[in-house]
Amino acid sequence: MNENLFTSFITPMILGLPLVTLIVLFPSLLFPTSNRLVSNRFVTLQQWMLQLVSKQMMSIHNSKGQTWTLMLMSLILFIGSTNLLGLLPHSFTPTTQLSMNLGMAIPLWAGAVITGFRNKTKASLAHFLPQGTPTPLIPMLVIIETISLFIQPMALAVRLTANITAGHLLIHLIGGATLALMSISTTTALITFTILILLTILEFAVAMIQAYVFTLLVSLYLHDNT
Amino acid sequence: MASVVPLKEKKLLEVKLGELPSWILMRDFTPSGIAGAFQRGYYRYYNKYVNVKKGSIAGLSMVLAAYVFLNYCRSYKELKHERLRKYH
Repeated sequence: MNENLFTSFITPMILGLPLVTLIVLFPSLLFPTSNRLVSNRFVTLQQWMLQLVSKQMMSIHNSKGQTWTLMLMSLILFIGSTNLLGLLPHSFTPTTQLSMNLGMAIPLWAGAVITGFRNKTKASLAHFLPQGTPTPLIPMLVIIETISLFIQPMALAVRLTANITAGHLLIHLIGGATLALMSISTTTALITFTILILLTILEFAVAMIQAYVFTLLVSLYLHDNT
Repeated sequence: MASVVPLKEKKLLEVKLGELPSWILMRDFTPSGIAGAFQRGYYRYYNKYVNVKKGSIAGLSMVLAAYVFLNYCRSYKELKHERLRKYH
């Protein structure tokens, strides 16, 4: 059971070739584009959903912040589809790998911070000191704010990794427990029910993306536009 | 009877069994040829099941079912040990 539990998280390779590239690229197949005004049901549904999400997310930004719309919409689509595909049996979820999430979090956060520093230097530096702090506390507070700034990309990446990995592990564990208890019965019904509930809650992995992009968004908003 | 249609232009189902090796060897295996094959396959599936007036969930589910199956094949080696047996 020990070795078995974590084998679903190793990078899939086939004869030494990286199969993980294909798995990462697979969700792009599920989002076809269409340049017609009235397209098929699939594309129409996706366009409607995308419009809903983009309106809800980008409305708080000014015109400069809204140039990030394409980036953020692709981000939410990618993370959402990858997490949902990972809920299928036997599939591999790329977002369980911390390397990948760091690769997404650090450049985006750095872009937002550097944009803020280049265009509104004074306002960005002013973020390090909340209004109305007593004078003796200022040095300590600046240090604390700097630490909290630099921990943002780490928090973004680790949050996503930990949530998805923990959910998958729990499903494996509880599923295994159910199978083991099948021969002993009585508690089986209860455990199976718990699995069902857990899976439903895990489908709020979609809410995970919401959390990811939203947090990123807040950071972008604060730094860029104030 | 010699074939009146040249081998190159025949579809796979029209090729006789004896001509099969030469037909396979004649296919375009350059990178652009392979890319073209994938593109043709993709559009064949897309136009048949998704890009229709009343597309149903079947178009998407078949893709996901194939994805699950391929992942099962990929991890069969580790799953072999989980079969129902008396002694593990």
